[in-house]
Amino acid sequence: MSDYRLMRPQRDVGVSGYGSYIPMYRLPGAEIARVWSGGGRGPVKEKAVAGLDEDTVTIAIEAARNAVARAEIEPGELRAIWLGTESPPYAVKPSSTIVAEALGAAPYLLAADFEFACKAGTEAVQAAIGLVGSGMGDYALAIGADTAQGRPGDDLEYTAASGGSAFVIGPAENAVATLIASLSYATDTPDFWRRGYQPYPSHSGRFTGEPAYFHHTLAAASALMEELDMAAADFDYAVFHQPNVKFPMRAAGRLGFTPEQVRDGLLSNEIGNTYAGASLTGLSAILDRAEPGAIILLVSFGSGAGSDAFAWRVTERIESRRDKAPKVSDYIERRTEIDYASYARYRGKLQGS
Amino acid sequence: MRDVAIIGIGQTSVDEHWGTGIRHLMLDAGLSALQDANVDTIDAVYVGNMLSGEIAGQSHLGALAVDFMGLEGVEAYKVEAACASGAAALRTGYIAVASGMMDLVLALGVEKMTDTSGRETTAALAAAADAEYEVSQGISFVALNALLMRRYMHEYGWKREDFANFAVTAHANGANNPNAMFQRPITAEAYARAPVIASPIGLLDASPVCDGAAAVILAPVEYARTLSPAPVKILASAVGMAPLAVHDRKDPLALEAAITSSQKAYKQAGLTPQDLDFFELHDAFTIMATLSLEAAGFAERGKGVQMALDGEITLQGRVPIATMGGLKARGHPVGATGIYQIVESVLQLRGLAGPNQIPGARLGMVQNIGGSGATIITHILEAMGS
Amino acid sequence: MDPKVVNDWRLRGQRYRLEGEVCDHCGESIFPPRDICPECKEPAKTPHTLSGRGEVYTFSTIYSAPEGFEAYTPYTVALIKLEEGPIVTAQLTDVAPTDVAIGMPVEMVTRRLRTHGDEGTIVYGYKFRPLHLGQAAD
Ligand SMILES: [Zn+2]
Repeated sequence: MSDYRLMRPQRDVGVSGYGSYIPMYRLPGAEIARVWSGGGRGPVKEKAVAGLDEDTVTIAIEAARNAVARAEIEPGELRAIWLGTESPPYAVKPSSTIVAEALGAAPYLLAADFEFACKAGTEAVQAAIGLVGSGMGDYALAIGADTAQGRPGDDLEYTAASGGSAFVIGPAENAVATLIASLSYATDTPDFWRRGYQPYPSHSGRFTGEPAYFHHTLAAASALMEELDMAAADFDYAVFHQPNVKFPMRAAGRLGFTPEQVRDGLLSNEIGNTYAGASLTGLSAILDRAEPGAIILLVSFGSGAGSDAFAWRVTERIESRRDKAPKVSDYIERRTEIDYASYARYRGKLQGS
Repeated sequence: MRDVAIIGIGQTSVDEHWGTGIRHLMLDAGLSALQDANVDTIDAVYVGNMLSGEIAGQSHLGALAVDFMGLEGVEAYKVEAACASGAAALRTGYIAVASGMMDLVLALGVEKMTDTSGRETTAALAAAADAEYEVSQGISFVALNALLMRRYMHEYGWKREDFANFAVTAHANGANNPNAMFQRPITAEAYARAPVIASPIGLLDASPVCDGAAAVILAPVEYARTLSPAPVKILASAVGMAPLAVHDRKDPLALEAAITSSQKAYKQAGLTPQDLDFFELHDAFTIMATLSLEAAGFAERGKGVQMALDGEITLQGRVPIATMGGLKARGHPVGATGIYQIVESVLQLRGLAGPNQIPGARLGMVQNIGGSGATIITHILEAMGS
Repeated sequence: MDPKVVNDWRLRGQRYRLEGEVCDHCGESIFPPRDICPECKEPAKTPHTLSGRGEVYTFSTIYSAPEGFEAYTPYTVALIKLEEGPIVTAQLTDVAPTDVAIGMPVEMVTRRLRTHGDEGTIVYGYKFRPLHLGQAAD
């Protein structure tokens, strides 16, 4: 197949700065199982839970501040702030403008919220690549952040978590990781949705597996690798959307990646599924430790459904930048365990409160 | 400038007046003051009040007061300085009489706080603080005082229990005041056990939410004796100011406005703290009583609590405070409090304070604090004898 | 419309990112902005965003909240002495009341302060949390 599927900007771009944020509260899977199954464990050890004063906007703001600090730019240099999320605090009113004001980036910029379930964040990254790659602006900020909710007692409740990551996309001359190429893949596949005014999403059970997650993830990843004429062994790291531990490990295996290549970017056992933040936070964790020259595959997945795949090459600049903001591991280690009652209170599950 | 005297006093009981609205509270206190002064006409009415607009949805209290008191054609308006509204109304009347523009003035304080929920009252009271930079952060009025108390304990090494005697003394005195909200003594153990509202402040550090009205009649000293058998002269009337927000004060524990207000008052009266027979201070919280004693020169910085521990603030002590229960036990109907303090001081100076009478009381100082200490108004009163 | 909407909007620079002023005459940092230097009384209108680092000067945990803040009780408010000098009143977050101490180093974060009911706006603003994320000094 010819390379018309591949996406490459007209000028070389990359990640100039990256940053993450994970709330400090942790709800163990065993605690959810205690309440709903009388015991046992969940698919992940624990998940990150936003506190009473946190939401997608506050998560995005802290992740974005970390990204801008690492990019070594003035917030006013950003020509766009795009926030991908399925849990915006307002149904109508952009979250991105709040982030822009908090950073001091307003007013000369684009600002919008992106929606594509768990791939809304990488959708924003693609758009930022387009804006910077076309020369319309030098810097654009793409954020994936969520405070995901699962219906009490549903399988999703074990993993639906809060967190997010932000990436300043800029010219390759100021990049900690340059973009090799990207590729996107989307179909109409109803594996997971939420209608207006419904507090919790619905999903189509096992249909979310093969026809949705695996089909789109594998199609996007293998097409990108094919177009670039690269094999799994050519990458130092791979990070996939991580709704749990099992899915990304299985996808990685089918593509020929070893567990070692996946390990550093697989966080779902510690923080759960942060939805639009999930694969991007995995990338952030890899950048926290990758050596210059390392090559990284990033593949997101969003229900509905689609995947974005990216290949990145880490530059020397990473070494002087990574200590300019807290690392993903700093946030994972900042941990306060809560019980189901506190979780129900923090996440607004108590009626009449 | 003419000297000014108080020739009549009136008060309602301080209580949860479920059956009485703001207009009848004003009426009851105002008419009993007019009766006490034995006058039936007046030149002006100044109403001290903080919350009528927020809680009763009723502004324009001056017009309401003269309308319902039957004082047709008498000029009247409301004076507001948060919890110091009562003293501000008195001082407005004092200035009017001293200037010669008015001969007889009714200064009235009224507050009706119980017509709403505790949360709404808490929010309304918080409006005395900086709305944009204190209240917006979820601060309550109690919490502002708690911030001061915590810092005070930290700087001077006091424990929370050391403050107990302020509450115990106030309740002991309130027990003999038929108009007090709380007419029963409490123990130091009860103080220690009280639930925490905003740490380290517990329920018994704080004055209660309540309703009440009090009033005084002012006249020139030159006529006072012909109108009243036992007039009380206003020897000093002084205001001190500090930044509205606690965080903007150079030295938050200094109660700077109390220092300037007291010093101005001492100078006007030609007195020192040692000359005074009692000090009706603004014990909205135990920490405020402590800081007031220090700012007015009765104790060194950090030593106000020691006075309570040593029993110096009781009726028999060196500096009796809260002689009729203070804000803690008589109650703190905010805009009325400053006038209650004056009414009770007049009772002391007339020798009519009953079981709480300070023998031979001739000179008393009264201090009313607005907000967390931004406006502090001090008056010094002297018995003119009969 | 909630009358606070416009007021909140006007204060977004201060609330979201601690935008204060600096006095061009004596160098004093000013927060909140007051356009006149409290130190030398000269006009001071040069915008200056504070670092957000400071320490706890005093604190109180509120168990009985004013209307609008009930859902957050108990929560801790504090006076924070910023490293540039000004003291601000703010909530502490991400910390248990029992772990707070006077002198504790803190850093600013932007969080939800309150909502104006279920239909009204969400108010965001500064809070402070313990400085323990090992953020590199810049
Ligand atoms: Zn200056």
